Amino acid sequence: MSRFLESQTRHAVLALPSARDEAWRYTSLKSLEQRALVVGDRDAATREVPAALLESGVARIVFVNGAYRADLSDASATGVELAVSRRAASEASTAADTIVRLNALLASEHVTIHVATGARGVKPLHLVHVGVPATEGLAWYARISVELGAGATLAVVERFLAAAPHDHVGNVSNRLQLGAGAELAWTRVQGESETATLFTHTDAALEANARLEHASIDTGAVLARHAFEVELAAPGAVLRSRGVFALRGRQHGDTQLAVVHAARDTHCDIAYRGLADGRSRGVFGGTITMRPGADGADARLENKNLLLSPHAEIDTKPVLEIHADEVKASHGATVGQLDERALFYLRSRGIAEPEARSMLTYAFAAAMFDNHPERDRLLAPLGVGRTSEAWPADASPDGPAR
Amino acid sequence: MLKIDNLHVRVAGREILKGLSLEVAAGEVHAIMGPNGAGKSTLGYVLAGREGYEVTEGTVSYDGRDLLAMEPDERAAAGVFLAFQYPVEIPGVNNTYFLRAALNAQRKRRGEPELDSIAFLKLVREKLRVLHISDELLHRAVNEGFSGGEKKRNEIFQMAVLEPRLAILDETDSGLDIDALKLVADGVNKLRDPKRAFVVITHYQRLLDYIVPDRVHVLSDGRIVESGDKDLALKLEEQGYAWLRERRAEERAAFAASSGPAPL
Repeated sequence: MSRFLESQTRHAVLALPSARDEAWRYTSLKSLEQRALVVGDRDAATREVPAALLESGVARIVFVNGAYRADLSDASATGVELAVSRRAASEASTAADTIVRLNALLASEHVTIHVATGARGVKPLHLVHVGVPATEGLAWYARISVELGAGATLAVVERFLAAAPHDHVGNVSNRLQLGAGAELAWTRVQGESETATLFTHTDAALEANARLEHASIDTGAVLARHAFEVELAAPGAVLRSRGVFALRGRQHGDTQLAVVHAARDTHCDIAYRGLADGRSRGVFGGTITMRPGADGADARLENKNLLLSPHAEIDTKPVLEIHADEVKASHGATVGQLDERALFYLRSRGIAEPEARSMLTYAFAAAMFDNHPERDRLLAPLGVGRTSEAWPADASPDGPAR
Repeated sequence: MLKIDNLHVRVAGREILKGLSLEVAAGEVHAIMGPNGAGKSTLGYVLAGREGYEVTEGTVSYDGRDLLAMEPDERAAAGVFLAFQYPVEIPGVNNTYFLRAALNAQRKRRGEPELDSIAFLKLVREKLRVLHISDELLHRAVNEGFSGGEKKRNEIFQMAVLEPRLAILDETDSGLDIDALKLVADGVNKLRDPKRAFVVITHYQRLLDYIVPDRVHVLSDGRIVESGDKDLALKLEEQGYAWLRERRAEERAAFAASSGPAPL
């Protein structure tokens, strides 16, 4: 870089978060520091995506290595008028987090999905992010906004998957805006390549009486960080979130939730469950903030975790920051192991140990998605055939229908 | 079928079974009675293969095989079944799914064909019918939200489906009222078979009015101290277990008089 530029930009240089940043305390980016990566996949428009990965008959918007693929996308089945627009622009960002700022700076386009006031989506819209191997080290950036007008409803299924193993660094930013009385059901299934790195940042703002139903499962990537921030900005706004992360081998999965109650009578109900096997590391941070004036707010935050091997580790940190009166707030976090008595009971009936462990871990995770319309899809990555070190992505539960 | 010879077992550093011997042949129903702390549940757990039970001496032979060398799931496939005194609740694991997985795991190990869901449901519905158990059970998680009686009946139901050759009932009557007890006993009696043996572990004689044993053994202080027919059970009912302690005290006194230190 020229000395002039260096001198001019020195103060704008970004630094990766370090352990000194409270929000990154348990997630080290040292492995990322040394990688020189190309920004964006210049061949993304022509990369082949195996047909089996894209479900037919669903409304979908497809991104390949972060690039929007109009040829693979068709949102009409949602039954609502969805305006999908693309802006090519770098955007300014005042985010404190470098990972988030990089997205604003380097995403080459911004895809906006707009649902008109009062429009009610009939079928879910799939946002599909496919990682496809490339010849060089790649970092890709996708920037998406979903805007629901007042009274609009939409279901979105956000899927992260890989055509084949790769080691790209993906960075996705979702900005969700719900107008008054709008309802958004967001189902996230993160099953990226187990050698990939993935940063996802979802930022939601809810107007009066808007409702966000969120369900998420993370099983992929060697390093995944999922930051989910919700502002309950006006009275009556509600968030319900149920999530699971299931890690094995040397995976590192970090989930950071932050909910701000900024108005009266807002509610949030959050429950997350973590499973860590092998030498994996799970991190969970959940912060609920109630601002002055958020009287009548009601918040529940629960995180339960299971360690499945002596070398696995889970760090959990629930935080409540309350500056309002007349509120209800509770939080709880546990880290434990599989119930030995249950394990013995299953074995005493003839079930071999790996399968017995698998049944119990599946049951532990599945409890998060009871009655969820996308329950099968959410639990498929776990598969009852999953034993402690073998969770094939194509296995699926074989239990009788409830 | 089952031959236990001089079995010594330690649990959490304490010796609980102190030389237990027992022989059970196919077709027989043996009752094991005894005061609390005698080691009744320990016997059940050791036979089923639970961890934490250290065998320090003695052997257990099942069909001529060393039972203690087998993993719990191996024992199940070989036909051993323990009906637990306190069946654990397993939320999120569906009863039908679990039982089918168990049956098929056993069948696979034995080289028998596995049952698909349709064949399995047919089998299971038939067993439920015979035992007069509502099929609502099929939709629930294992023992979750079950009353004590329901849990015990679920154990008997599993036994009916898995068709073990050696069924050990660990205080199956504990916590049950008379009606529940009759239902459980009825279920067990329906499973009596010349090829099947039962070891019925109980504290009270009452169950044995309904499940009539061929042999009754008294387990006291880690050993079988007395064996007889069903009348022995009635005698215990009348006299309690105190006479055993008295008799032991007499034995120890006699032993001390004749030789050195007393037996344990």
